[in-house]
Amino acid sequence: MNRKRSKQLITIIVSLLLVIISLLLKFDGELYHNILYVVAYIIVGYEIVLKAVRNIFKGKVFDENFLMTVATTGAFCIGEFPEAVAVMLFYQVGELFQNYAVDKSRGYVASLMDIRPDYANVYRKDEIERVDPDEINIGEVILVKPGEKIPLDGIIVEGESMLDTVALTGEVVPRKVGLNDEVLSGCINNDGILKIKVNKEFGESTVSKILDLVENAGTRKSKSENFISKFAKYYTPIVVIVAVALAVIPSLVIEDAVFTDWLYRALSFLVVSCPCALVISIPLSFFGGIGAASKMGVLIKGSNYLEALAGTEIVVCDKTGTLTEGVFKVQKIDSIGYSDDDLLRYATYTESFSNHPISLSLKQAYNKEINEKLVTKTQEISGQGVLAKVDGKMVLVGNEKLMKEYNIKFQKSKETGTTLYIAINDEFAGTILIADKIKKDSYKAIKLFKNSNVKKVVMLTGDRENISESVANELDLDEYHAELLPQDKVYWVEKLMRQKSSVGKLIFVGDGINDAPVLALSDIGVAMGGLGSDAAIEAADVVIMTDEPSKIANSVQISKKTMRIVRQNIVFAIAVKIAVLILSSLGFVSMWAAVFADVGVSVLAIINALRILRIKK
Amino acid sequence: MKTYKFKIKNLDCANCANELEKSLQKIDIIENVSISFMMQKLIFECAEENKEQALEKIRKVIKKEEPDVQLEEV
Repeated sequence: MNRKRSKQLITIIVSLLLVIISLLLKFDGELYHNILYVVAYIIVGYEIVLKAVRNIFKGKVFDENFLMTVATTGAFCIGEFPEAVAVMLFYQVGELFQNYAVDKSRGYVASLMDIRPDYANVYRKDEIERVDPDEINIGEVILVKPGEKIPLDGIIVEGESMLDTVALTGEVVPRKVGLNDEVLSGCINNDGILKIKVNKEFGESTVSKILDLVENAGTRKSKSENFISKFAKYYTPIVVIVAVALAVIPSLVIEDAVFTDWLYRALSFLVVSCPCALVISIPLSFFGGIGAASKMGVLIKGSNYLEALAGTEIVVCDKTGTLTEGVFKVQKIDSIGYSDDDLLRYATYTESFSNHPISLSLKQAYNKEINEKLVTKTQEISGQGVLAKVDGKMVLVGNEKLMKEYNIKFQKSKETGTTLYIAINDEFAGTILIADKIKKDSYKAIKLFKNSNVKKVVMLTGDRENISESVANELDLDEYHAELLPQDKVYWVEKLMRQKSSVGKLIFVGDGINDAPVLALSDIGVAMGGLGSDAAIEAADVVIMTDEPSKIANSVQISKKTMRIVRQNIVFAIAVKIAVLILSSLGFVSMWAAVFADVGVSVLAIINALRILRIKK
Repeated sequence: MKTYKFKIKNLDCANCANELEKSLQKIDIIENVSISFMMQKLIFECAEENKEQALEKIRKVIKKEEPDVQLEEV
């Protein structure tokens, strides 16, 4: 609690004591009681009265300080001394509690995003100095001990370790790193000692970029927030005008009306005329939602995007790297007359001199030392494959055309993907299938989307028709379009944008590279695998730090929960206010009950908003 | 145009934040002014050479509307 709050608390306690003393002691006549009440009022309320007076000169009459001052001095005028003090006291208690709750939630959300490193150990003149990460230059070498946060992005020049990336990605499995690996700031070094050569200044490092993005998210306001500001603009003046009418008209119209009775009711109106409860709970809810999402490794760039996600109707996905792993791997080996391992060995040896992606996939699957001396007479046949002498045997590795060219009888493969046909000594020896694999997480993602009322999941890809068809069928997608050029993707997104309902939203999910036009075109652009990709963080509205598409579906759920809470708070707060207004105009509610209701609503709305942070994984 | 960010201190009420934001939006040499009550941040854009002048105008508005509020550069 800071100094300002402690001061506030002390004034409240002192004032409260005076009120209690006045209630307990018995003086002759009202005078001494009233003096005590006035003193108590001045102690707890002078600051508000002061502000109110200052604001009158600025023409700000609908300011809450002014309204509270009018309400309480009005109460004094009609002789309701305890009432006047009680209203001011409750108001101050409410303010204190509200500020405290907001501070707490600020702190809580900030701790979710607690990735900012406090210091860096840097080698300077053969000594280790502990400095602010801001002061480190590119090229300097820093030391990160176990348990410390990596303060700046860089490359490991010594040591190896397991890195905890949970704060950045929400991913709990640690990542193994060693010499020459690039590491990102914000990760926690779990065990080994690392020496890292810094390659980005602090302001440009991953941790700064992410913090910046999340901290600024609140400045892009949602429609709900704008609605509430508008509401607040009209609500207060209307309530004040009604209050004035309530004080004046009945005593003129109704015969036996007592003016002070109606004035009292009018003053109760002023007490609930402050819109603060409403105004505060809405940004707080969005703030909580953005915090909850970033805890999972999803960065949402603004409250407006969080709000929009709830209305997701159409999800458009890129294929490679989004739904599939984007890495071409050996998926299947069908050998004839040789063992699978031997076939893979012959194929890998034959392709060993090539830098073609196929060769890389083979080497990765083979994963053993290649004795290059065994390979001779390598010859590439353009558009068909490779021929080489391996271990004294003539090996052909290539497509169907190659087989036909050498008059080899082969069985045609029906698999989707790239099939390598292999012949050894002019005999067909089998096939190896190399293909991209669907991410396990994609199945979960599609299921979650369908559970979140998403009407349509569409895949757009530049890849071949048969491969796309098999991915779309496997994942049970609603629609797919294959063999698209970038401009075709724009065409399809435009077309799909017209298919959604007026409130529905279309989100596009890609890897953030080459997707800029469609990311901009769609309602919400989502980039996957943001960690380490500046371009993706830059271009998208929502960034998924890991490569799991299911996180997008989770974000839609967080968004829906946030919107539910926002609606609850709006309805609840407005309903209570209107109820208090009606009851107090009929004279059923005393002034201090009105202020209590008003403060209570703020507090409940704040507590309700904080529920967002409790999201089940 | 450059984006500037400031920490905004002692801004206690969410509605005041909205009101202040509205008043700041009327300053002619700055654009896209926004206050995040939750993060206690002020963000605005202006031409680099106008920064000092813009700050002066912003401070003036703040002094008038919310005299307790202080700006701190980040």
